[in-house]
Amino acid sequence: MIRTLALCAAAAVAAAAHVPPAAAQSKPPAVERDATTAEFEKFRAVLEADNPAELFEANGAELWKTPRGPKNASLERCDLGLGPGVVKGAYVQLPRYFADTGKVMDAEQRIVHCMVTLQGFDAAALARQPFSNETRTPDPVAITTFVAGQSRGMKIAPPQTHPQERATYAIGREIFFYRAGGYDFSCASCHGEDGKRIRTQQLPNFTRADEAIRSYQGWPGYRMTGGVMHTLQWRLWDCFRQQRFPEPGYVSDSLTALLTYLAVNARDQVYKGPGIKR
Amino acid sequence: MADPMKIRAKLEGDVLDVRVLMAHPMETGQRKDAAGNLVPLHFIQTITAQLNGKPVFEAETSQAISRNPVFGFKVKGAKAGDKLSITWTDNKGDKRTDETTVGSG
Repeated sequence: MIRTLALCAAAAVAAAAHVPPAAAQSKPPAVERDATTAEFEKFRAVLEADNPAELFEANGAELWKTPRGPKNASLERCDLGLGPGVVKGAYVQLPRYFADTGKVMDAEQRIVHCMVTLQGFDAAALARQPFSNETRTPDPVAITTFVAGQSRGMKIAPPQTHPQERATYAIGREIFFYRAGGYDFSCASCHGEDGKRIRTQQLPNFTRADEAIRSYQGWPGYRMTGGVMHTLQWRLWDCFRQQRFPEPGYVSDSLTALLTYLAVNARDQVYKGPGIKR
Repeated sequence: MADPMKIRAKLEGDVLDVRVLMAHPMETGQRKDAAGNLVPLHFIQTITAQLNGKPVFEAETSQAISRNPVFGFKVKGAKAGDKLSITWTDNKGDKRTDETTVGSG
């Protein structure tokens, strides 16, 4: 279903001119923060001081430079968009178009691509158990955490210069507003309006530039529930689960489109690196 | 040896504020894995710290402490250039030692 939608949307935008991102011209009024939310944010700030995510960042750094896999090669020639081996600043400039694959790719998708092409790992094997559990953290998760850490303190800046980058943004927006599943939910059902909340979680409005950053901020994130490291691939998978949607494919193009939509909306906001979650 | 710890030691006057992040599964022995089997008890039992080779901190800990814990303590009488060494041992006989040199704060 998503694939058919993607093809329709692609055909529609193929003929369209440049599609501007959602950032408003005038600044909309700031979303109200109640006292409870303020307390939670203070609590989170204290937790961020010593974040177990650093342990996974260090693991990822090791995995990046260690020769591994059937080809016994390191990832130091992996091109994340800024040239082979350039990691600093790459995460915030993704998703982007890659000439060698002819498509727009996000961070984890590109890392998996490098693991497969440079190191000879099997993509299907990586997709079989892509997410962390209490006993195991998959290599792409640790590597993505390392790569994300190398963009700490930098502005979110995914390019929208290539026509495919703009088309991918448009597809991501279509998916964001697409209602489906048993509850007839879209991403926008929870994240398309100001002032929404589920239990104690305030729901940011990702269509606003100043709130879209909250989709990216803190991911990859160390989740204290279970003590596990998770990336945006997991977070979007969990969103689909919460919406009662079918499972998205690991590092599939529909997730790239959604990530493009979110990243472009969050443009110019400062990314603080891997975070910590409840 | 197990995964390295991350040690942060901040000097305020002669008091060293130490925070150490340790990588450890810290299994309580009560959790069941996906197959329904009990995951065996595996936890950090002792944490010790030495300043220039002299013991300054000792703790006996239990499985009640969370996975990948952060431990904080203060040491009086420290100065820049001192060597801080932290060691943990667990109930399976594994251990890990990491060191850092105190900066000027």
